[in-house]
Amino acid sequence: MKNAIEIYDINKSYRNKPALKNINLHVEPGEIFGLIGPDGAGKTTLIRILTTLLLADSGTATVNGCDIVKDYKHIRTSVGYMPGRFSLYQDLTVEENMNLFAKIFGTTIAENYSLVADIYSQIEPFKNRQAGQLSGGMKQKLALSCALIHKPDILFLDEPTTGVDPVSRKELWDMLKKLKKEGITVFVSTAYMDEATLCDRVALIQDGVLLSVDSVDGIINSFRKKLISVKSDDIYRLIGDLRKLDFVEKAYPFGDCVHTILLDSEADENMILDALKNHNHINLSAKQVIPTIEDCFIDLMENHNG
Amino acid sequence: MERFLAFVKKEFIHIMRDKRSLIILFGIPIAQILIFGFAITNEIKDAKIGILDFSKDATTEKIVNKLLSSGYYQLYSYLKDDGQIEQVFREGKVKQVVVFQEKFEINLKQTGKASIQIISDASDPNTGNTLINYTSAIINDYNSEINRNNLSGLRIIPELRMRYNPELKGVYLFIPGLIVIILMLVSAMMTSISITKEKELGSMEILLVSPLKPIIVIIAKVIPYSLLSFVNAVSILLLGKFVFEVPVHGSYFLLLGEVILFITTALSFGIFISTKTSSQQVALMISLVGLMLPTILLSGFIFPVENMPIPLQVIANIMPARWFLIIIRDIMLKGSDITFIWKETLVLFGFTALFIGLSIKNFKVRLT
Amino acid sequence: MDEKWIVEVEGMTKKFGDFTAVDSISFRVKKGEIFGFLGANGAGKTTAIKILCGLSRPTSGKVTVDGLNVYTQAEKIKEKIGYMSQKFSLYDDLNIEENIRLFGGIYGLSNKEIKEKSEILINKLGLQDVRKELLKSLPLGWKQKLAFSVAIIHDPSIVFLDEPTGGVDPITRRQFWEMIYEASSKGVTIFVTTHYMDEAEYCSRISMMVDGRIAAMGKPSELKKELGVRNMDEFFVKLARSK
Repeated sequence: MKNAIEIYDINKSYRNKPALKNINLHVEPGEIFGLIGPDGAGKTTLIRILTTLLLADSGTATVNGCDIVKDYKHIRTSVGYMPGRFSLYQDLTVEENMNLFAKIFGTTIAENYSLVADIYSQIEPFKNRQAGQLSGGMKQKLALSCALIHKPDILFLDEPTTGVDPVSRKELWDMLKKLKKEGITVFVSTAYMDEATLCDRVALIQDGVLLSVDSVDGIINSFRKKLISVKSDDIYRLIGDLRKLDFVEKAYPFGDCVHTILLDSEADENMILDALKNHNHINLSAKQVIPTIEDCFIDLMENHNG
Repeated sequence: MERFLAFVKKEFIHIMRDKRSLIILFGIPIAQILIFGFAITNEIKDAKIGILDFSKDATTEKIVNKLLSSGYYQLYSYLKDDGQIEQVFREGKVKQVVVFQEKFEINLKQTGKASIQIISDASDPNTGNTLINYTSAIINDYNSEINRNNLSGLRIIPELRMRYNPELKGVYLFIPGLIVIILMLVSAMMTSISITKEKELGSMEILLVSPLKPIIVIIAKVIPYSLLSFVNAVSILLLGKFVFEVPVHGSYFLLLGEVILFITTALSFGIFISTKTSSQQVALMISLVGLMLPTILLSGFIFPVENMPIPLQVIANIMPARWFLIIIRDIMLKGSDITFIWKETLVLFGFTALFIGLSIKNFKVRLT
Repeated sequence: MDEKWIVEVEGMTKKFGDFTAVDSISFRVKKGEIFGFLGANGAGKTTAIKILCGLSRPTSGKVTVDGLNVYTQAEKIKEKIGYMSQKFSLYDDLNIEENIRLFGGIYGLSNKEIKEKSEILINKLGLQDVRKELLKSLPLGWKQKLAFSVAIIHDPSIVFLDEPTGGVDPITRRQFWEMIYEASSKGVTIFVTTHYMDEAEYCSRISMMVDGRIAAMGKPSELKKELGVRNMDEFFVKLARSK
């Protein structure tokens, strides 16, 4: 089966500032593909190029088999798009928004109701309320319903979870999983590293460069160094102390602990505990942990920056 | 087509739910008319006048009595000769001088015609104009009186002279001028803001990534505002006619046609602005500073274009509003038909074509 | 140990008409502590912070910040606090030096102090080469670090951070947290509001607001254990849903 999205050597600059450099990747049909990276990495630019809103400076891409430049009209009828900023009409009611988007796509709410039923049924009780008066999570459900009303083959979501509280975030990801079951390909961007685990495959992006494209497990497996999580009551002093150890490559804060990457594979957590025992740390503890996607990202970023 | 209608409906909902804009759209025109209107028609009482009577006969005396008993005028003094006219005006002693020619009564009876010269101080054009109107009215009144008594068809011809601002331009123009400004405001500003609002909100992105053709979006946006503009223009005309008795001497049909033409010009200008900007704030600034102020100051609404220095005249000439003002003034006040204003109409057509052309050239099916 | 309370809140309530935004909450924040203040949108976080910054008066309750009473000494409180938010922190169209000078001036430093502090700050952040560059030309991560440094330029007793590292790349983010740890080790109290739950994990103590009340408070590790969840995200979802 052909790929849902194929991207070849896409480059894009704004006023000589490169935003995307040689992007190559493909997205398989029916998968949830995550574009993971910090603000300003080029996520929105790539999504806008794929949704035919922007032209790349060079390179080609196909979405649903259609060329993003030549067949842009085709693409516009077959994809759903939810931009980062909330983009529905605040002064229209829930129902008016839904009807408008249904009409724009030449369909009706009833026709594709089954697809949006799950999401829309949660906001239907408020269908006569203006969108501006909905809570953040509800607004998002409405936006998603509108993006799905024409049963798109591929759904693009640009940072759908930014500024959204964890409850609504979780609900959103649950909805995306349901869409996947309906056979819809989901291309989603996010700055939350931890959301990578919810995707089938991810692309890590930084400064317009893809650091890695793989499944989360694949990325974590390719992290070959030993990672020790060290804890004590005085994190700030602990970081300093760890960095002074000659078998430590680097140490950085990670939540309530310090993630420490060891230089040589012989070293282990006991060596750390040993080395720090005279530093008066209270509640000192250390254990080897499996790296998270964020650890991998840091590592890949540093490799890339040289 | 259904898509299009759905979109037009949405635009109407936007306008109707935004109470504040609605008040601005309909409230401001009415407020402006009332302010301008009453500022211009404020009553004049006991204005000082001078009389220069070279004839001094029974008829001139009757007319003078009629003037002085009207309540509008108070006699400053009888003047002795022409030279005194300039003097009393200069010293600000009088607002108006009425001059009766020699052998007034004799002329009237022998030739059936006699003339009165009415000279007004128009350094305050509103007052000058009003006084002239009052005097003319009183003389016309007297005319019909004497004609009722004998059917010989005698005519007294008032000869009007304005001092210091001979053409009195800008005074009668407030209704036409307001129509120009309101149409610019509603059509150009509101359209450009409404389009840039979609860009700012991000909904333009969604609309672009949809089968909806961008040109449809624009046309759908333009329709409600053209309707509103038209309603506004008509209500200003009605208010002008029934509250302030501003005449419409020409054809209503032609007038409304030209109004529609100008609305199109303004809308295309609004669209053009919106293709060049992406924030509501910038669109607002361009519309206000780049459009409204020059329209008010340079179109001839307040200051006659003929009196401007050449560079400003040049700028005034590239303002669509200036040409529309000529058209609407000619139709309303002079009763001109299309044969007199076809050139100006053509200029407006030219502007419209230019703005639409530029908009299409700048219009993007993608973001920037 | 120096057990000085920088924030003391007892029975703080704020009502808007019939609506109770903050419902009799009580908590204390220690000097040098990194206190995470969590809650969903509309849970009352913003209202509570406005009160602590002296921008709004509580309807009732006892509230002091660095020993100052919010009812009577709101203006003094403003001199003792720093503030940084992700949405607005520094002026994009001023250069780095101008921004530092401006905020130093706003916080009431003398010209001499401003000069000294800007040198230290610019050197520390490694901004020597770009000191005359407009802020908007800087990468987001640098801006955030500079913004934090500026927020504590007047040595406040407490600094309020609103989602300080959302969307920042992981390396810059670490550098940012190290700066926070450093400030905290020097005795500056850090008050973080966020709904990025992984940000919450960095705090020494957190409180979670649900519907105007504090639903849970304690060390992240203890709270996770208590509720039997793996991470703060699950913690948040569990608490916010339990209402």
